[in-house]
Amino acid sequence: MPEIRVTPLGAGQDVGRSCILVSIAGKNVMLDCGMHMGFNDDRRFPDFSYITQNGRLTDFLDCVIISHFHLDHCGALPYFSEMVGYDGPIYMTHPTQAICPILLEDYRKIAVDKKGEANFFTSQMIKDCMKKVVAVHLHQTVQVDDELEIKAYYAGHVLGAAMFQIKVGSESVVYTGDYNMTPDRHLGAAWIDKCRPNLLITESTYATTIRDSKRCRERDFLKKVHETVERGGKVLIPVFALGRAQELCILLETFWERMNLKVPIYFSTGLTEKANHYYKLFIPWTNQKIRKTFVQRNMFEFKHIKAFDRAFADNPGPMVVFATPGMLHAGQSLQIFRKWAGNEKNMVIMPGYCVQGTVGHKILSGQRKLEMEGRQLEVKMQVEYMSFSAHADAKGIMQLVGQAEPESVLLVHGEAKKMEFLKQKIEQELRVNCYMPANGETVTLPTSPSIPVGISLGLLKREMAQGLLPEAKKPRLLHGTLIMKDSNFRLVSSEQALKELGLAEHQLRFTCRVHLHDTRKEQETALRVYSHLKSVLKDHCVQHLPDGSVTVESVLLQAAAPSEDPGTKVLLVSWTYQDEELGSFLTSLLKKGLPQAPS
Amino acid sequence: MKLYCLSGHPTLPCNVLKFKSTTIMLDCGLDMTSTLNFLPLPLVQSPRLSNLPGWSLKDGNAFLDKELKECSGHVFVDSVPEFCLPETELIDLSTVDVILISNYHCMMALPYITEHTGFTGTVYATEPTVQIGRLLMEELVNFIERVPKAQSASLWKNKDIQRLLPSPLKDAVEVSTWRRCYTMQEVNSALSKIQLVGYSQKIELFGAVQVTPLSSGYALGSSNWIIQSHYEKVSYVSGSSLLTTHPQPMDQASLKNSDVLVLTGLTQIPTANPDGMVGEFCSNLALTVRNGGNVLVPCYPSGVIYDLLECLYQYIDSAGLSSVPLYFISPVANSSLEFSQIFAEWLCHNKQSKVYLPEPPFPHAELIQTNKLKHYPSIHGDFSNDFRQPCVVFTGHPSLRFGDVVHFMELWGKSSLNTVIFTEPDFSYLEALAPYQPLAMKCIYCPIDTRLNFIQVSKLLKEVQPLHVVCPEQYTQPPPAQSHRMDLMIDCQPPAMSYRRAEVLALPFKRRYEKIEIMPELADSLVPMEIKPGISLATVSAVLHTKDNKHLLQPPPRPAQPTSGKKRKRVSDDVPDCKVLKPLLSGSIPVEQFVQTLEKQHGFSDIKVEDTAKGHIVLLQEAETLIQIEEDSTHIICDNDEMLRVRLRDLVLKFLQKF
Repeated sequence: MPEIRVTPLGAGQDVGRSCILVSIAGKNVMLDCGMHMGFNDDRRFPDFSYITQNGRLTDFLDCVIISHFHLDHCGALPYFSEMVGYDGPIYMTHPTQAICPILLEDYRKIAVDKKGEANFFTSQMIKDCMKKVVAVHLHQTVQVDDELEIKAYYAGHVLGAAMFQIKVGSESVVYTGDYNMTPDRHLGAAWIDKCRPNLLITESTYATTIRDSKRCRERDFLKKVHETVERGGKVLIPVFALGRAQELCILLETFWERMNLKVPIYFSTGLTEKANHYYKLFIPWTNQKIRKTFVQRNMFEFKHIKAFDRAFADNPGPMVVFATPGMLHAGQSLQIFRKWAGNEKNMVIMPGYCVQGTVGHKILSGQRKLEMEGRQLEVKMQVEYMSFSAHADAKGIMQLVGQAEPESVLLVHGEAKKMEFLKQKIEQELRVNCYMPANGETVTLPTSPSIPVGISLGLLKREMAQGLLPEAKKPRLLHGTLIMKDSNFRLVSSEQALKELGLAEHQLRFTCRVHLHDTRKEQETALRVYSHLKSVLKDHCVQHLPDGSVTVESVLLQAAAPSEDPGTKVLLVSWTYQDEELGSFLTSLLKKGLPQAPS
Repeated sequence: MKLYCLSGHPTLPCNVLKFKSTTIMLDCGLDMTSTLNFLPLPLVQSPRLSNLPGWSLKDGNAFLDKELKECSGHVFVDSVPEFCLPETELIDLSTVDVILISNYHCMMALPYITEHTGFTGTVYATEPTVQIGRLLMEELVNFIERVPKAQSASLWKNKDIQRLLPSPLKDAVEVSTWRRCYTMQEVNSALSKIQLVGYSQKIELFGAVQVTPLSSGYALGSSNWIIQSHYEKVSYVSGSSLLTTHPQPMDQASLKNSDVLVLTGLTQIPTANPDGMVGEFCSNLALTVRNGGNVLVPCYPSGVIYDLLECLYQYIDSAGLSSVPLYFISPVANSSLEFSQIFAEWLCHNKQSKVYLPEPPFPHAELIQTNKLKHYPSIHGDFSNDFRQPCVVFTGHPSLRFGDVVHFMELWGKSSLNTVIFTEPDFSYLEALAPYQPLAMKCIYCPIDTRLNFIQVSKLLKEVQPLHVVCPEQYTQPPPAQSHRMDLMIDCQPPAMSYRRAEVLALPFKRRYEKIEIMPELADSLVPMEIKPGISLATVSAVLHTKDNKHLLQPPPRPAQPTSGKKRKRVSDDVPDCKVLKPLLSGSIPVEQFVQTLEKQHGFSDIKVEDTAKGHIVLLQEAETLIQIEEDSTHIICDNDEMLRVRLRDLVLKFLQKF
């Protein structure tokens, strides 16, 4: 029995180091290759030794697909391809291909230069890894080999994020990566057609949340920022360089313009400036409104937002600073946080999800005393959480499942407890099987793919024409011969099959003598036989021919008078092997004799 | 399968393909050469144009002098310019299911088709095609609408009158169907019917046909199309290029194994080498400017202009021309320059990798930043303040009949210092210049047409090996002006089928097979047997389900269980219900072996065998049974002894193959 197997190496009942192995119709595909922000040891990368202990990964994997540029989806890629060793194709969209190496380099710098890690991937490895990347367009069908094809759909979430359909013959899996079902200020909403995959693998970050309206959250955010700067406080917004950062910038930029505010807004690191360039050049990946108006005004050219210098952090007076990274686990955002944490006038706004183990997660769960580099840090500044992550909420996930109409759903990229809730909801409301394997656990789904063959047009048209007849209420049977030559399967009429193979048909015919007691003339006997059969065989074509013989379909019945006994008539029933059932039935029926004529 | 040919212009095609149950329009080109018969529309009142003498017949009859004007021996219609539409009578256009667009030049007739024929289908095109196509339409509408013309001439179109006119008016075709330009409202409505597609996207039409756009290498987002079912493939090649300019390279491999390849949109200047032309363009431009003259380049607002600007970017510094201003004047100049920078995914590899840095893919961004290139929506407004001479002006329309170019022709035409350089190949430059004669300004003809030439076509056809080629009749003979150049035509085997306007071609292929899916349960129940080495057969009896043009075979329903119960059994209950078809039989019965088996295994001792002309008769004497055995038939004649008959039947079947 064919089957689809799915094993998460990362993101199984967890958020971080997304990496999911899928086996479908003999093809092995790896979905995402991420790092885990909550760990600094071996656990930060997926355990690739699961794929093969000894042997090259290239021999085991047909391709690798990266859904978007966030490090928890692509952070382990250079390690995987250059240090473990993989030379096959890596697929991602154009914007992901453009931005991913920059984030990897950034990640490498923090790990090696700041934390002094040895045995990390090098800049050269990032370059070599990116050489293996094949860029895909949205909706393009990419033929990985003769049988395996993949197709990208728009996912929202961040610039260039995509969902992928993986298809072999009639079997398919859809992997959503991270996605957003509501358009935001700079990106559109995820969309997929009714592709009815065998399995939909979806993220479930916000499995239990149903978020209030976006407008409320935005108003809340602006109010908090405004209040803090009004009373002279500093606002720190830890973000990732690309994604929410642009959305919040657009939001603050328009607010500052409207309110005519003069308080400085800074954006940390040169990376983000560069990031804005990517948004300008990849306008077709943004939302409808930005695409329509970019000629008049490019939304990613900010007037009020300036580049941040490290020295600015000690400037007196209010300011707003966007700093990376977004979970306060390293880098500039963490440095600024330490400087400002002691003052209750200040505020930190966490606009996204924070992974367990990060400073962001600690302060969000209410911890106010932190230990950092051996020193105690008391957090007096206000801590606010605003869900601006562009992930689908429970409603959005259900909506996507409804759009794609999969046979089964598999949850990844979420917390086990929340998944459990969503799993029940999906199974009850959508009546679809739902799975939530942990890392290293395999889910096996049996599939029953149908087999495509070529049917001769003559045979098909004949059948379809008969299917249109009004009497054809009962299911009609199509008869033919399947010719299998190498991998070429053709269904033709049996006559054509014999002809093609140069074989003659062998006619097998039976003629049975049935003795009837009947003194009347043979013509009358025939007529009695006719009316008898006509009454019994209501669904068959019974005919009385002018020459005195009777036919039932193509079975021929003829009455004869043997010379020796005038009281007996002999009925010759003749049929071919094709009418075996009917012929056999008729002889046994007639053997019982004819009913008395109602004279 | 049929092809309805609605346009006679080989580079602005419009064909309708009927394939399986679908009706597919391939491109929607608008023949604008008709506008050459009209007087130019000047932006500012031109005394010269308005004082042209009216034309009168040889006998002095001047009843047409309001409609027709004469200029240097040529006659022009003094009216709002009109375009030659695709044929609308050959086929009911409301039955068209989809329109496939190959590039932005080939969609200019779209509003006429989608808005005025009852069309209710979908149009498919790539995003750059739609965006730039919109710009071209916007420019066209703007050019025509901003100079309202009171006069609309129609008298000359009368067949009896047209006969009397001088060429080329006399020979203009289908003048009664010529139409004025559409409005912006019609453009918007037409464009709203477009669905965006990406290269190599498989689009299902009604489950019957799949269409796929492929990169054609000619322009931003330009595509060829594959139209296929599981067993038939038609390739539609329109406006393709193998030269490395800015667009993504042409995808040739996917065109392989076509049953029919429809070939349109080849180069219009087969004797000119585009690279050489670009060189000539630059040197003539430099020469003129150095002598203190101005250069006018009539052009479309997108396409080759990007390549020309890139050439000039590299050339002007080395030629010492960096202080000469470049002006690009079009209502859509800004949009065109901006749009060109955001379609990285549709560009050649070099330009794509620039975006990864991230830098704009085209260097005209730098020309604009350094103020070397300036763009204006029209000559009115800011331009008149900034205008410095000598300069280079890029502006439309290349027909020289409308747009800002008309103004510059009038302004600069009288001085021999100035030069007009024709780079767009769509219009004959001599005809374009006719209403401006006599002209002192220099005219240089550097047509840059990057589309396939005949050498490339012949190489392409050898490579992709289509069974049949279909093309416009112009490609099956040398160009009229070069009738000895037998190399300037399509040469392939079998010879290409040619079409002309308003013709219907029956395409030469017969459909023999259709895809059908066999349900796994049914497949499991099949019993294949090997007939010849490598060839196996299995008989199939199944229920056919057809939905949305997809066919599925399901296992036959299980025979209904005899209903046990008190209900009295009737004779008719036993009647075989759903006819279970027996397999066909093949082979022959070896008589000796047959008789031996009857004797040994079935205990008959009284068998008699007689030879006949065609075979044998086996007699079972006591049982009064007779078996006629011939090469291809067996006939068992017996008394009503079912047991015996079945035994004999099964024995015969043992010796035969079943299908």
